[in-house]
Amino acid sequence: MIEIRGLTKRFGDRAVLDGIDLDIGRGEIIVVIGPSGTGKSTLLRCLNFLEKPDAGTILVGDLTVDAARATKDEILRLRRCTAFVFQNYALFANKTALQNIAEGLIVVKKMAKAEAHAKAQAILERIGLGDRGDSYPAALSGGQQQRVGIGRAMALEAALILFDEPTSSLDPEWVDEVLDLMRQLARAHQTMLVVTHEMQFARDVADRVIFMDEGRIVEQGPPSELFFRPGDERTRSFLRKVLPPA
Amino acid sequence: MQGLDLDYMVGLLPVLLSYLPLTLQLAVTGMALALLLACLLAVVRVLQVPVLDPLVRLFISFFRGTPLLVQLFLFYYGLPQVFAFLTAINGITATIIGLTLHFAAYMAESIRAAIVGIDRSQTEAALSIGMTTSQMMRRIVLPQAARVAAPTLMNYFIDMIKSTSLAFTLGVTELMGATQKEAAGSFLYFEAFITVAVIYWIVVEGLSWVQRRMEVFLNRAYAR
Repeated sequence: MIEIRGLTKRFGDRAVLDGIDLDIGRGEIIVVIGPSGTGKSTLLRCLNFLEKPDAGTILVGDLTVDAARATKDEILRLRRCTAFVFQNYALFANKTALQNIAEGLIVVKKMAKAEAHAKAQAILERIGLGDRGDSYPAALSGGQQQRVGIGRAMALEAALILFDEPTSSLDPEWVDEVLDLMRQLARAHQTMLVVTHEMQFARDVADRVIFMDEGRIVEQGPPSELFFRPGDERTRSFLRKVLPPA
Repeated sequence: MQGLDLDYMVGLLPVLLSYLPLTLQLAVTGMALALLLACLLAVVRVLQVPVLDPLVRLFISFFRGTPLLVQLFLFYYGLPQVFAFLTAINGITATIIGLTLHFAAYMAESIRAAIVGIDRSQTEAALSIGMTTSQMMRRIVLPQAARVAAPTLMNYFIDMIKSTSLAFTLGVTELMGATQKEAAGSFLYFEAFITVAVIYWIVVEGLSWVQRRMEVFLNRAYAR
């Protein structure tokens, strides 16, 4: 359903993404792990064109975008079928929780305001913030802000939600509520591509785990294989550092 | 030293106040147009629009680098000699154009700074949900930039109200022009000018009050 071929991104003469090939099935939950600075976030950002890839193609549904000659219109359409959850939440500070979720529906999907607000309220209930719709981001805890961030992505009913280290900025006390919401989305068969350092989450929830190093996919497989029988020495070395000794 | 002619001042007050609407009209029109122009200039600067960006920088450089009085004389007395169609321009229009261009140059820079100050991740978030750049500007960036820029913009408005007094040099009888005429008739310069000073002062104080109320309103989203 989503096909990525030869996705390449250079910063100067350094290839941060070096020809990534990746297929993502409908409803699949993929977790990307790897040392920092190996292009995991860049992969997500390129899929949403927050960074413009230098080469490669991205196919989502019936839309194919050739990175080298993507038009403005194609980029808009691609963004409209891929939602993004940011490490630092990135909520609109001038809008309430409800308005944050409704904004894309009103502006991008051209939904009537009343309908958009009704839908946003339903999402607030799902993310457990039904009574906080009128709160501005500044009045919400980190965990609540990130749940609104996820709610904003959910509202768009995107083919794919990209999670860029969604719990890395959170105080430890708020991590679980965000991961629980992501588990809930996974159970609802939302297609997700998640960059995270939460290995427990990866083991429990992912259908497939991808290990990236130096801009390439080194190996991938179901968590039971990748975590317990890694084939590549780089994967083994990384896992020794992040997994508690058994 | 002679005593202050209080009776003259009391009698002068209603005469001068009848010119206040023109002064306010100059300032409000100038401010509205300057705000609009300043937003456009600031957006060009922030997005670094090719071709336009260097022109905007030149514009800002010129209008910040030369005195307002020189600019007003240039528009009213100078340009009609070069461009014949400008002879139709009257003092009021010339003042409004001068105030607009002069203050837009200053305001563009403070709006630009306010826009740049908006957390980059919010603009990325707006783009990530499929907004166009102009939707992002109108709905997310400019409303927040307005809050940051509001106190400085209000200061420019106050400055603009006082700068309308230069219009009298173009033959416009506004508050200052009227005072000048009254004083020349009565020779009571001190009384006349202290009266007009107090009028400007009270108007500005009223605006400062509005400014404080406005900041409370604009900050409502940021209360914890």
